[in-house]
Amino acid sequence: MTSSPLTPQAPLPGRGMRVALFATCFNDTMWPETPKAVVTVLERLGVTVEFPLEQTCCGQMFTNTGYAREALPLVERFADVFDVYDAVVAPSGSCVGSVRHQHATVARGCGQPALADRATTTAGKVYEFSELLVDVLGVTDVGATFPHRVTYHPTCHSLRMLRVADKPLRLLREVRGIDLVDLPEAEECCGFGGTFAMKNADTSVAMGSDKAQHVRETHAEVLVAGDNSCLAHIGGLLTRQRSGIRVMHLAEVLASTERDFAVDNELGNQPGSATGPAHRKTTDQEVTA
Amino acid sequence: MSGTFIGMPKFQTAAKEALGNSQQRRNLQHATGTIRGKRARVVEELDNWEELRQAGAAIKDNVLTHLDTYLVQLEESLTRAGATVHWAADAEEANRIVTSLVRATGAEEVVKVKSMATQEIGLNEALEEAGIHAWETDLAELIVQLGHDKPSHILVPAIHRNRAEIREIFLREMGQVGTPPPGGLTSDPRELAEAARVHLREKFLRAKVAISGANFAIAETGTLVVVESEGNGRMCLTLPETLISVVGIEKVLPRLEDLEVFMQLLPRSSTGERMNPYTSTWTGITPGDGPQDVHVVLLDNGRTDALADRVGRQALRCIRCSACLNVCPVYQRVGGHSYGSVYPGPIGAILNPQLRGTASDVDQSLPYASSLCGACGDVCPVNIEIPELLVHLRTRVVDEHRGGIPSGEQIAMKGAAWMFADHRRWEKAQKGAELSGRALGKKDTIGRLPGPLSAWSDARDAPTPPTESFRSWWKREKGDQP
Repeated sequence: MTSSPLTPQAPLPGRGMRVALFATCFNDTMWPETPKAVVTVLERLGVTVEFPLEQTCCGQMFTNTGYAREALPLVERFADVFDVYDAVVAPSGSCVGSVRHQHATVARGCGQPALADRATTTAGKVYEFSELLVDVLGVTDVGATFPHRVTYHPTCHSLRMLRVADKPLRLLREVRGIDLVDLPEAEECCGFGGTFAMKNADTSVAMGSDKAQHVRETHAEVLVAGDNSCLAHIGGLLTRQRSGIRVMHLAEVLASTERDFAVDNELGNQPGSATGPAHRKTTDQEVTA
Repeated sequence: MSGTFIGMPKFQTAAKEALGNSQQRRNLQHATGTIRGKRARVVEELDNWEELRQAGAAIKDNVLTHLDTYLVQLEESLTRAGATVHWAADAEEANRIVTSLVRATGAEEVVKVKSMATQEIGLNEALEEAGIHAWETDLAELIVQLGHDKPSHILVPAIHRNRAEIREIFLREMGQVGTPPPGGLTSDPRELAEAARVHLREKFLRAKVAISGANFAIAETGTLVVVESEGNGRMCLTLPETLISVVGIEKVLPRLEDLEVFMQLLPRSSTGERMNPYTSTWTGITPGDGPQDVHVVLLDNGRTDALADRVGRQALRCIRCSACLNVCPVYQRVGGHSYGSVYPGPIGAILNPQLRGTASDVDQSLPYASSLCGACGDVCPVNIEIPELLVHLRTRVVDEHRGGIPSGEQIAMKGAAWMFADHRRWEKAQKGAELSGRALGKKDTIGRLPGPLSAWSDARDAPTPPTESFRSWWKREKGDQP
């Protein structure tokens, strides 16, 4: 455990708490640094994190594309795996939104009212990362240090499906050394939209290009959000444009501590690279356009 | 007028073309941005907005649940007040009824109040075929009609046009169908409006027949209501001898008091005004005052099909305010024509497939014309859960295609679902990603992807898979923990 208490005397807000991590299929495979960062932050706060290996996917891609029947076994699996926990956390507003607002609907639509009831009970214990920190653990200062110019994109499902409101911003404002700047037209969709990005690629890119432009206007070094899928879309445009702006999940910023930067400085590394996934750190030369 | 929406290509194709029209994109961004800002300010003024929304939704849901009762009541009230009620099952029947009513008067032209129902059924085109000229009197509708164009927005049909384009249309077209614009017309809004006023005045004063829709129809009293901003509606509703109103059956409200709620919801949501400039109400015939021959055509045209869908029917709550269009990031970029209907934007994406069915390419593609960002649902004054309905209709489209030769998408979705159904299968698939991550080495991003994935990589870099999944890391680092 890598706990570093916020203040040495204060009791840890998460002590005695057991939380199951739903990594989401996308983060598990493509962005493992994000669930790792969730583990880092929660353990720092005293939480015991468990990762049930039977988990796979919340089924959102299937549900949102119209494949409710294909999503149904995943709704059932989700309830089977996570029902036994008091609290579940996921680093994705979109996947939590799907669990909370779609699982029961999918079950009911497929004629399974009993499963719909189970899904509703399970969904009641599932929290998006910033919700768990602010609402359940009652913390906004998680002892992070991140001395960079940062702008925050409130992803649509976090904002409008989950109503996380300013919780991510409250967490970011407590980060030491951060220079947090407002993103113009922040609440407008980036155009990712799951399979929308493929089915309506031209419209998706038109929306994403405007979002990328707004990000560039902030002169931020890092774009932060609570969903790696939206970040992959905006980040994919930013690197194609050779903007030099990195994208990072909120959890990764909150996992960064002073020690990371101390080690970095000794080694002569770029600050932030100890927590930012190496494979995602980009420079102009490395981009293959 | 050239434009009807029949035979439209699917949304994706039309949208791609629209995205290339940079002038239209600028016009749309500017106009929707302005209305959006105004709406937000006037809604903010009311501290009971949420209660009003809920009241609006509740009144409409009550109407939809007991539609048969309220429609019979409406017919009785209208007849009692001296109006003649006609029932139309579809567009063809409605057009036939209206055409024969106009013919019976001997008139060769009619003036029209802007009406979504008559646009939906293509009434102007049907009248034109019967040799009857239908003149639109709403300024934006006039611009669309003179421009041989199609409406691009529910409330602001000519939203995709700017002042310079409007001036050109007026100069080119007005003189051919009536009073021409004055010489030296500039693109100053006052001059353009004055040219339209003079052009329309001649038509108002000559017309024997007017055709309108109705925003609301009160069952208890047989009162019809039209809400408008320019006064053209008032002219049409009072000057001609014959008035024919085409009204969708979902427009009925139980009592006159119900208007209290909607007269707050509608103007604020649509034009961002506290109250619209003209609200006209008329109840049948008043001897010696106004039209002496009043007909009401109650239109189904797919509405009972929508009503049959217990989830989808809430789309019939819609009061055509167009707030969802103005906040929709997709609509803002592609405009209204891509939706292949007079109902564009998010509401069009859920209403059209329900009214018209999902047989055509365009109706199958409409539920997918959204990123599901949710802005439309938040802004809707009658709480229609548009994102949920989009997903609901996507499921309908997918289910209707089951059983035949599977498409590439179906195969991919079924395969992925099979893989996710068991974590051991999923872990095997992840190993593949880890291997490709190792094979790609130090690259941060992949430039171009093959096959269907090129839809992603044509404009966006794709991330390289990491060399170790989170799951593998967890097993390695924490495997001995519970």
